[in-house]
Amino acid sequence: MDILASLLDGFGTSLLPLNIAVMIAGVTVGMLIGALPGLGSVNGVAILLPLTFLVPPTSAMIFMAALYYGCMYGDAIASILLGIPGASSAVATTFDGRPMAMSGKAGVALTASAIASFTGGTVSIVLFTVLAPTLADAALAFGPAEEFALVLLAFTTFVALGGQDRFKTVIAICLGLVLSTVGLDMISGQPRLIFGDLPGFYHGISFLVLAIGIYGIGEMLNTIESTRNKVAMVQPRMTLGTVRETLREMRGSIGTLSQGSVLGFFVGTLPAAGATTASLMAYGVAKMTSRHPERFGKGEINGIVAPESANNAASTGSFLPMLTLGIPGSATTALLLGGMVLWGLQPGPMLFIEQPEFTWGLISSLYVSNVFAVIANLAFIPLFCYALRVPFTILAAVIFVLCVVGGYAPSSDMHDVWLMLGFGLAGFVLCRLDYPLAPMVLSMVLGPIMENALRQSLIAGQGTPSLFLERPIALTFILIAVLLFTLPAVKMALANRRPPAPALAEEKA
Amino acid sequence: MHTLTTRRVELGVAATLALFSLYLMAKSAELPIGWVSGQGPGGGAFPFWLSAIMLLASLAVLARAWRGLTPPSRGEGAFIQVGSGPLLGAVVGSLVALLLAIHLVGVYVAIPLFLAFHLRVLGSHSWRLTATMMVATPVVLFLVFEVALKTMLPKGLTEPFFYPLYALFL
Repeated sequence: MDILASLLDGFGTSLLPLNIAVMIAGVTVGMLIGALPGLGSVNGVAILLPLTFLVPPTSAMIFMAALYYGCMYGDAIASILLGIPGASSAVATTFDGRPMAMSGKAGVALTASAIASFTGGTVSIVLFTVLAPTLADAALAFGPAEEFALVLLAFTTFVALGGQDRFKTVIAICLGLVLSTVGLDMISGQPRLIFGDLPGFYHGISFLVLAIGIYGIGEMLNTIESTRNKVAMVQPRMTLGTVRETLREMRGSIGTLSQGSVLGFFVGTLPAAGATTASLMAYGVAKMTSRHPERFGKGEINGIVAPESANNAASTGSFLPMLTLGIPGSATTALLLGGMVLWGLQPGPMLFIEQPEFTWGLISSLYVSNVFAVIANLAFIPLFCYALRVPFTILAAVIFVLCVVGGYAPSSDMHDVWLMLGFGLAGFVLCRLDYPLAPMVLSMVLGPIMENALRQSLIAGQGTPSLFLERPIALTFILIAVLLFTLPAVKMALANRRPPAPALAEEKA
Repeated sequence: MHTLTTRRVELGVAATLALFSLYLMAKSAELPIGWVSGQGPGGGAFPFWLSAIMLLASLAVLARAWRGLTPPSRGEGAFIQVGSGPLLGAVVGSLVALLLAIHLVGVYVAIPLFLAFHLRVLGSHSWRLTATMMVATPVVLFLVFEVALKTMLPKGLTEPFFYPLYALFL
């Protein structure tokens, strides 16, 4: 009942005219960004974060959450109409969305994806509302030892389960953490890692500079480099009849919908997993449990319902650790956490006690944004079709300008803009070589938290790691982290002992 | 034959990262990296040991790439696709020029020129569209950043021309 009362209070905040306005703006802009191939939620959040200072923190967060949501709806549009995923989280949507569009059922596919997104979103917001206060309560007992152990666990998950080259993931994490220590040391007050004695490094390197560099400049360069073939866009026909037809076709999809939503939520809460993994998993599960697995890949409606419900559910799920523990699990939520610090909020479980207006305003806004998103998604389809036709040369130029101005604004220092360009170029090269960049952004945000937690724990333990051994929760996290870290190493060592590695065998063949 | 193959870039980047981590270790060691009595671990400890881990990981990537165990290290094709090289160069060059021009003449001259280059030269759009963007973008930027966000964007030599606007809006 407590939760219900808080939630009702939250609606008092989220239904303020300003917040409704930012929600509508957020979902619409989000859908546009999501619909554009190559741009996803993380790019949108990175590029637009400097603009959120226009409104108070709660509204800024509501805008960002709505944007995140809108992106999850929007990325299906490109997947279905162009056959190119609007973002990696919509890859699975192309499998059946494109064939459906090609067979003249683009309208049905779009409507199904909107309804599935809405359901996935709603189910996971309910789960979120129930779980968040409990988790935040539990997290109140966390001290620096637990905090450090939790961050360590998050990073280990990236290394062990991120699916990328493990050594490259380790490099990305370490580099992000080291770059986050540039500037003045919080404890001794000494300047450190002032490269080339440049005064611009004294105020540290903002995570935003790295994020805009990588997700703005770097991403654009990547899109320019990969040749853009002219793609055939399918023009959807949308009428009320389409919605009715879709609902009729989706009668057998309730199982898939609930599967996708619940799976998506829990996968979304895990670090290193997130919306892309969730949607691919949901697609796999739906195909496995379907009575007609052979229809998948040829325009099966459940092949759209499963990934779309899962990726929306996952985006809500990823808010859970970020908001309750103050530990984000994905690049997008890491940027939101960094944004909270910039807006003057102290992330962590205390937020629920100290800033109920913020937390419950945000949670209740998710319900409202979801409703706006499904309406906007269906009503503005022609607008999104128009946006998909905007030539890339215009889009890229505008995004570059936004990156440069957005990189300058927070610190008013051109030093940061040059640094951003450097990160963009480096990010472009590293991304090409399969270095994962999300953990780097994540570690940049978590670096100061991790270092402080570690140093405080060590000081409390008189210079020994005894604190980590005395506190059961911290110890458990660390043991899981060690286990996750060593298992693949052991497996790899065993695999390397077998002389002809499959990769080499392929080359000879 | 391409000289800049993906394999060579992979090896080069891994080697650069290894050297960079050595540099980071040296730079971190300017602060105490051990235990400072009464203060806990020194200010350089956290970055120093992380750089050390990064060095080991870079060496591992280098070794694995040398033996062809990472996918990019088996890429004998060009790192930059043939055909997109000049375009990519033009874009990166225009970004560098944009930043240099901002120092000199400020955003309100540099950005319209940057847009003109991208829209007219790279995109071959009409002069009408190009001109519209050249005028609209700085106006919107001024209203959003200077008026609403109270953030002064760099203006370089053109600063004096903005005094009347400041008087009007701020």
